[in-house]
Amino acid sequence: MSEPVISIRGLRKSYDELEAVKGIDLEIFPEEIFAVLGPNGAGKTTTVEILEGYRSRDGGEVSVLGVDPARPTAAWRERIGIVLQGTTLEPALTVRESLQQYAGYYRDPRDVDEVITLVGLEEQAGTRARKLSGGQQRRLDVGIALVGDPDLLFLDEPTTGFDPSARRQAWEMVAGLRDLGKTVLLTTHYMEEAQVLADRVAIISSGRIVALDTPDNLGDRRRQPSSITFTVPAGTDLTGLAGTGQTLSHSDAGPEGRKVEIGTHEAVTDLNRITGWAIERGIDLEQLEVRRPSLEDVYLELTDA
Amino acid sequence: MRQLNLAMHEFRFAQKVFWRNPASVFFTALLPVLFLLIFATIFGNDRIEELDGVKVTTYYIPAIVTLAVISATTVNLAMNVTIAREEGLLKRGRGTPLPPWVFIAGRVGNAIVISTIMLIVVTLIGRLLYDAPIPWSRLPAVAVTLVIGASAFCCLGLAMTVIIPSREAASAITNAITLPLYFLSGIFIPENEIPDGVLSFANHFPVRDFFEAFFTAYSPKTVGSGFEWGDLLLVAVWGLAGLVVALRWFRWTPRS
Repeated sequence: MSEPVISIRGLRKSYDELEAVKGIDLEIFPEEIFAVLGPNGAGKTTTVEILEGYRSRDGGEVSVLGVDPARPTAAWRERIGIVLQGTTLEPALTVRESLQQYAGYYRDPRDVDEVITLVGLEEQAGTRARKLSGGQQRRLDVGIALVGDPDLLFLDEPTTGFDPSARRQAWEMVAGLRDLGKTVLLTTHYMEEAQVLADRVAIISSGRIVALDTPDNLGDRRRQPSSITFTVPAGTDLTGLAGTGQTLSHSDAGPEGRKVEIGTHEAVTDLNRITGWAIERGIDLEQLEVRRPSLEDVYLELTDA
Repeated sequence: MRQLNLAMHEFRFAQKVFWRNPASVFFTALLPVLFLLIFATIFGNDRIEELDGVKVTTYYIPAIVTLAVISATTVNLAMNVTIAREEGLLKRGRGTPLPPWVFIAGRVGNAIVISTIMLIVVTLIGRLLYDAPIPWSRLPAVAVTLVIGASAFCCLGLAMTVIIPSREAASAITNAITLPLYFLSGIFIPENEIPDGVLSFANHFPVRDFFEAFFTAYSPKTVGSGFEWGDLLLVAVWGLAGLVVALRWFRWTPRS
């Protein structure tokens, strides 16, 4: 694999009594979209702000694009783009003017109109930032971070507070960054966001990484049992299902029937046995459902404080 | 060279933002003119015996110029830089390759240009409406007073951001400092109405000295080139103190 864009070893940071980051190790590679997922106060922003050069650290080694962010240089700043937590725009400037202002700070900026298209604000190009919707303002934030044509982009909670449709639009835009070959580090407390956007996800809780993998594999999701659930008429004899799956539980859901839940590592085989059993006895399997553990289940389990 | 171009770039955007902000335009550009019209109407065209019989309106021209320059520099920077800090704009700027001094230079340059425009506007209004003479022969003194004063009061504005904790507090703290000094220094009330003890107290603060330097440069009774070096020195010392405070404690990240 190529050289990591970001490499962190044993990162630590405390504020007075509070130990916000308790030893983080992480490597992020070129063109990766990497999500740091965790509840508020887990240490996400502290970690990212150390990488961005805003905060000092108490311990550990950090390299971002080959530079220690504790000693940022202008040349290094040319190569990174930052979207801070919370919108930071000059309300009196239009979309185009805002981008022109920041473009002037870089030696080799992207074309402003190209950036406007990238973030989907063509129709608002002449609108002042104060008049934009929350979602549009956030996209302008991302546009400003892109205007210097950075290799590495930091997005700190890019969609917090968005309604679902604004969030979808923002996701499409971030997914589009993949085509530009950018490395993206994003923090979020939305599991779905990490799942949709990221190549890899680190779940962080109380200043530590508690899981690190692709969204599909996170928390050993592959190796955790799927669950098959269905409802059969009250009083149905379940002895024929003995030995199906690893766990079997049932509860009586009143006169409507008996709810059965089977945990299994071989969902396909077991589903075949269950349906065969039902057909043989002429039993209707109502509300039949096969479900893998969701990222949410994993997340809640891992971050349970 | 590139850094100078960047400073010009930043200055142009500071100008745009200033003229598009109704509060800035009102308090910095319109209010001083309004004060001039009100004071001239109330106190009329009397002469001040204690000041070699200079006309009241002639007295008010340098007074309002002083007020306008302080509004464009100290008040403007204390408010707008604090707001930019609290909104995260300073922090965002620090995340770019832009040298920090350029960021400040654009705003300071804007404040000095606005000061110059206001000086010209107030002087012209004085000439056209109240027959206050334009001090052609003492223009170098006017210009030097403007440059030293505007620079010093910019530094004081940046220093004030250090003690202003939030955007809500910006206006209150700025006014609490400047308004009493305007009254004590003879900006609002002609100085012959102010007790000597009060004036000598006000002399320790730069508003009074800045005004005295402008008054000498503007007054038709002045003999000579009109430079008040003693007053300008005190203004400059205050400015340097402000600069030291700003360099030492200026914050780029939000405090609240």
